[in-house]
Amino acid sequence: MNSRPVLEAAGLSTSFRARGGRVARAVDGVDLELGRGEIVALVGESGCGKTTLARTLLGLERPSAGQVLVGGVPLRYDGRALKAFRRRVQLVLQDPTGSLNPRHTVYEAVAEGLRVHGVAGDEQQRVVDALSRVGMRPAERYFLRYPHELSGGQRQRVVIAGALVLEPEVLVADEPVSSLDASVRGEILALLLQLRDELGLSVLVVTHDLGLAWNIADRIAVMYLGRIVESGPTEQVLADPSHPYTRALLSVVPESHHLEPVVLAGEPPDPTRMPAGCRFHPRCPQLASGEAAAAGVDGECRAGSLPVLPASKEHAAACFLSAARQGMLTD
Amino acid sequence: MTLLQLEDVSVTYRTADGPVPAVRGVSLELEAGSTLGIAGESGSGKSTVAATVLRLNPASATVTGRVLLDGEDVLGMNFGRLRAVRWAEASIVFQGALHSLNPLQKIGRQVAEPVLLHGQADTRRGADAMTRELLGQVGLPPRLASSYPHQLSGGQKQRVMIAMALACGPRLIIADEPTTALDVMVQAQVLDLLTALVHDLGVGLVVISHDLSVLGTTCDRLAVMYAGRVVEEGPSADVLDRARHPYTRALSAAYPTIGDPAARFAPRGLPGDPPWPGDLPAGCPFHPRCPEAVDVCRTEDVRLRPAAPGHQAACVHVAAEVTG
Repeated sequence: MNSRPVLEAAGLSTSFRARGGRVARAVDGVDLELGRGEIVALVGESGCGKTTLARTLLGLERPSAGQVLVGGVPLRYDGRALKAFRRRVQLVLQDPTGSLNPRHTVYEAVAEGLRVHGVAGDEQQRVVDALSRVGMRPAERYFLRYPHELSGGQRQRVVIAGALVLEPEVLVADEPVSSLDASVRGEILALLLQLRDELGLSVLVVTHDLGLAWNIADRIAVMYLGRIVESGPTEQVLADPSHPYTRALLSVVPESHHLEPVVLAGEPPDPTRMPAGCRFHPRCPQLASGEAAAAGVDGECRAGSLPVLPASKEHAAACFLSAARQGMLTD
Repeated sequence: MTLLQLEDVSVTYRTADGPVPAVRGVSLELEAGSTLGIAGESGSGKSTVAATVLRLNPASATVTGRVLLDGEDVLGMNFGRLRAVRWAEASIVFQGALHSLNPLQKIGRQVAEPVLLHGQADTRRGADAMTRELLGQVGLPPRLASSYPHQLSGGQKQRVMIAMALACGPRLIIADEPTTALDVMVQAQVLDLLTALVHDLGVGLVVISHDLSVLGTTCDRLAVMYAGRVVEEGPSADVLDRARHPYTRALSAAYPTIGDPAARFAPRGLPGDPPWPGDLPAGCPFHPRCPEAVDVCRTEDVRLRPAAPGHQAACVHVAAEVTG
């Protein structure tokens, strides 16, 4: 049994050239691990870099620095290696209506991956197995249906079956339930949990939905402007967040009743213009309120450099103030 | 006088597959200075209700019942009167507002358009001044008037849409999924803004959303729709915390309370999907998905009945509790 994480980001950065010759550092130094049979939620606002990180982990973007490792082996970017990699790491997109070809039947949609990868053996049996796995039973009844004949929840199940048919080790799911009806959402999340239990599948869920993380994720990684700012076991991060950004994010979720809402002004800043110091400092309520100054770290918040949060299973946050406070506690 | 009153409103769309009853006998009320939330999933009829208030339904729709705006029946208005009512007395912030702005026109021109059309200002200059004031009211810097939509973020565009809705000083604002495409933080900003407007300007606000928890934090009263009907209605806190209809309970459970151990590794949903309005099940339309269905649910189409003071629900179990 290989004890290495099934998928890893090591010092990963991904940049894009933006207009005016500037460089957008969408992912800017990320260490992250996904263990076997583990569900990790990657959360943050739009523009924080979570989708770019997911695309880089899928081999769809080339990192500008650092590495993606699969079972401990660095990913190579030649055609054959990438193709083999994509069998092991499958993507499930947000909008099942957009990711299914309206002219393909359910059977064709699920079998397509097998054909692309030239998988030998009984194609029909594999399609039946995949559809049964996602709860579309009897599978044969759905073979000739077209996407428009299915409900939203069924479409998302077909998309997941299309990924499962290749027997991957990892699913990367980008907002897997955000376009589904509320009452259907729970069923799809339960399916992801069930697949983890039955197949030992690892899942990286990219989402802005903290309730989803509470529902299914073992661990959570909170991303802000290209970096992971806090990560750890879901219970610890969501019950006792250390980073002011995580606290703010949690406080505005209607499902969390115990926190006074901290509505941050403005929107996530521009990845082409990283602020100096802690990249959250221009919006940080703790810095604005003088708490950071009282702890004597406001200078560092504005100009100091924060180390990249290591890929550990422990609860940790990249914040000068919380580090200073923890220092005080341990002294 | 009640600001908005819907009395037994039904809307049926004519389609190639026959008539589709999207809304089936909805009655609702809203007082000025208060907020009503309408929750429901796709096909529940909630957006059709919103469109009906200003008679924005397509020509294929047949509307019956009464929609009283300050006591005047919108369904009986002639077109000239209706045109005056739209924007000036009631306005809508649409779902997908992020795509409703004209990409080729500066923000200021677009906000000024209803101002000029409805005679709120006589001159371009007067309209410009009002535009700046409106942008300020929704928390945007007035200089954005000379920007194009693509230069704005999603949250800013949604604020522009709200500024336009306010342009003619309406007494009623209907917001259809005002925060759906927005991030949590921006969503909180927009909801704060809408709540403040109700408070400061005394307008009536109807918010439509699929997300019960979003409505719970903003609305005084909540109506939950399923298959074209209101299945539960009452004060927000009661509907959220003491839901009487099994569907409402399922909707609340779909978005877990973070920190609730019962929801940890236990996402809750309902089997099946919301019904297609053109093909509703017999009896209670919710019975095929209902965890508490009994035999009578297959045949009896239960209407709203009192569950508690000011709180009603359409479920056979509610009657049992009240009488027995």
